[in-house]
Amino acid sequence: MTFKRQSILPGFGPSFGYTVLYLSLIVLIPLSAVFLKSSTSGWTHFWQAIRSPDVVAAYRLSFGASLAAGLISVVLGFLIAWVLVRYHFPGKALADALVDLPFALPTAVAGIALTTLYTDNGWLGRYLAPLGIKVAFTPLGVTIALVFIGLPFVIRSVQPVLADADLELEEAASSLGASRWQTFTRVIFPLVRPALLTGFALAFARALGEYGSVIFIAGNLPMKTEIVPLLIVTKLEQYDYSGATALAVVMLVTSFLLLLGINVLQRRSRRFTEPA
Amino acid sequence: MSIEVQHVRKVFGTHEALKDVSLRIESGELMALLGPSGSGKTTLLRIIAGLDLPDSGTIRLHDEDATRSTARDRQVGFVFQHYALFRHMTVFENIAFGLRVRPKSTRPTERDIVLRVYELLKLIQLDWLGDRYPSQLSGGQRQRVALARALAVEPRVLLLDEPFGALDAKVRRELRQWLRRLHDDLHIASVFVTHDQEEALEVADRVAILSDGNIEQVGTPEEVCRRPANAFVEEFLRDVNPRIVNQRRVTAE
Amino acid sequence: MSRPRTSDLVWVRWTLTGLALAALALIIVLPLAAVFVQAFEKGWRAYRETIAQPETVSAIELSLLAVGISVPLNLLFGLAAAWAITKFQFTGKNVLTTLIDIPFGVSPVISGLVYVLVFGAQGWFGPWLSAHDIQVIFAVPGIILATTFVTFPFVARELIALMESQGTEEEEAALVLGANAWQMFFRVTLPNIKWGVLYGAVLCTARALGEFGAVSVVSGHIRGQTNTLPLHVEILYNEYNYAGAFAVASLLSVLAVITLALKKLLEWKTSQERI
Repeated sequence: MTFKRQSILPGFGPSFGYTVLYLSLIVLIPLSAVFLKSSTSGWTHFWQAIRSPDVVAAYRLSFGASLAAGLISVVLGFLIAWVLVRYHFPGKALADALVDLPFALPTAVAGIALTTLYTDNGWLGRYLAPLGIKVAFTPLGVTIALVFIGLPFVIRSVQPVLADADLELEEAASSLGASRWQTFTRVIFPLVRPALLTGFALAFARALGEYGSVIFIAGNLPMKTEIVPLLIVTKLEQYDYSGATALAVVMLVTSFLLLLGINVLQRRSRRFTEPA
Repeated sequence: MSIEVQHVRKVFGTHEALKDVSLRIESGELMALLGPSGSGKTTLLRIIAGLDLPDSGTIRLHDEDATRSTARDRQVGFVFQHYALFRHMTVFENIAFGLRVRPKSTRPTERDIVLRVYELLKLIQLDWLGDRYPSQLSGGQRQRVALARALAVEPRVLLLDEPFGALDAKVRRELRQWLRRLHDDLHIASVFVTHDQEEALEVADRVAILSDGNIEQVGTPEEVCRRPANAFVEEFLRDVNPRIVNQRRVTAE
Repeated sequence: MSRPRTSDLVWVRWTLTGLALAALALIIVLPLAAVFVQAFEKGWRAYRETIAQPETVSAIELSLLAVGISVPLNLLFGLAAAWAITKFQFTGKNVLTTLIDIPFGVSPVISGLVYVLVFGAQGWFGPWLSAHDIQVIFAVPGIILATTFVTFPFVARELIALMESQGTEEEEAALVLGANAWQMFFRVTLPNIKWGVLYGAVLCTARALGEFGAVSVVSGHIRGQTNTLPLHVEILYNEYNYAGAFAVASLLSVLAVITLALKKLLEWKTSQERI
């Protein structure tokens, strides 16, 4: 099969060539350095790096907190998306615009702001401390920070699907005798579920690699609140390049698998939104 | 100013769009390429225009081999099915486009461009719409602007791809007649693609009927109706109102 | 939307709305508010002093420099990539589009790590660079590279989506009418995508200004020299200069809010351009 279909439009050669060149120089070749470095360091180094106790603790924290934050984001995100799509209230446009704030706000700013809120004499921390709930410098704080950055992914994934869901489907269901709750669980929710999954996966993937929003509130206590990205930075500072790349390889492979999963999910959800 | 298509073949991937097509269009003639969807008629039109290149065969325009020349060099006017008007330009700027992009040596003065554009606007009977944008026009108006834009550069050949396909039935019938009259005034060799049998038989001097990448028959509307060359043509034209062909015969006499 | 979009009971509606808004306020709005309150805790004077400090000023300059180089580069790339991908059919189109998305899925820390591995003292070019007395890592060039990496896909993604929906017919029409390649590009293609270009540039700029993780890895954290605004925030915070840290953070927050407003505006404009 030929590479390219004939066309009279000009400029394919230069634009394609430049695209591939720039992509390789800025993204592909530097990325390959991670895998090359890891493979030249050898398997034993790799396993050692991954199995050392502080790394294992960090993986547990990163995965656990990202998972928890993802689930919380799904619940809250669905609620917020529902309200934004289906109800009218004063200030709705503003609320909708604010959903994007975590996308636009620099992670370091979010990091220090969240820390300020949740330390023991912070705006929110001071009410939680007497209850025995410590947020700052605990895994709970990490989770809350990850909810901050993950929530918009869920909301923005679900909104278009909800908006497209025809009111007539619900009318049909209720005319057939379904209660409001039944209509919700049997008609609306199945439609939205793929988008929720996609939103969850996006939030989860982002949370795994998140750095700036988390390191301030985490406190970075060894074995307790160190996240994997922080460990990579620490190892770099100690010039332990092979250790850092070992961790990076695991993260990259995980992200890649997640992205594949997200692509599959998005393709499946598109089946529902295509006209019958 | 004639068009000659010789043994053209075109393949898209694994699909043979045109198998072995030969056709001659006389200067000043209005020919219809008629056929069901998938028959290859638009592909043939685009190859004549130079928007696609054939895999084998030649195209001769005005007795010169044009097969390897690009659409830019062929001096054809092309009217797209969905008009392809430049949405960021006014009607005036759309029509003037072909004149404005000419190299300095052949470019008319701004004053001449203005005169020519308004001449064309009058021709298509839309002289009050020069400042509007395509999005503000109806389908029929957009189609006429697309035609004026193609005519502005004084093409030697005019090619129209399903020119009335996207319009409703009443507008289609009106524009059909208008196109015929326009052709009678301008006498440019013209080829238009359609899947509508009535349209082809009512408007064209000659009709070429295509099916599945082959030309089944070429002839006047009367010839193809009264003496179909094969079963496909007979079947394809079976439900056409015979009055159309009779009317053509009357007006020709 | 003239029909009411729901058949929910009134009390259900108001309860859910209240809960949703409360969640939104708690999770998203409160942190933003905290930034501004803390920034002015020590008063307007102290705020101005922090901003006027030479280190803050040079952080602003470095951030602007990173933006000034990475955004135009990625803009040019975005135009080239979108042109090749949307106006032509070729094998591997999907692969290319996926590859362009890679920086989105990579942790910021790794985005910086890759350049340390290539240009760092122990990296591929380490020996060569030090032999020629050129410093990339822990210096400005490294910061610009890392910034370019993380903002890589923004313009391309936006333009690919926009130009895909616009098709190729207008360009073909221009060519048939006698335009040459440049006339076609500047008179027909560019005017049709100008809002998309702006949108991509805004997203690119916002991310470039706010990037923290990637730049942190490649920067030497040298005050006054290799600190961007977000890094400067970190330094001030770690010195317990909270008012100062939040003062600089407030600058970034104002930019974030402006970015959001511009985003909304341009989103509306580009939705009118799509077919």
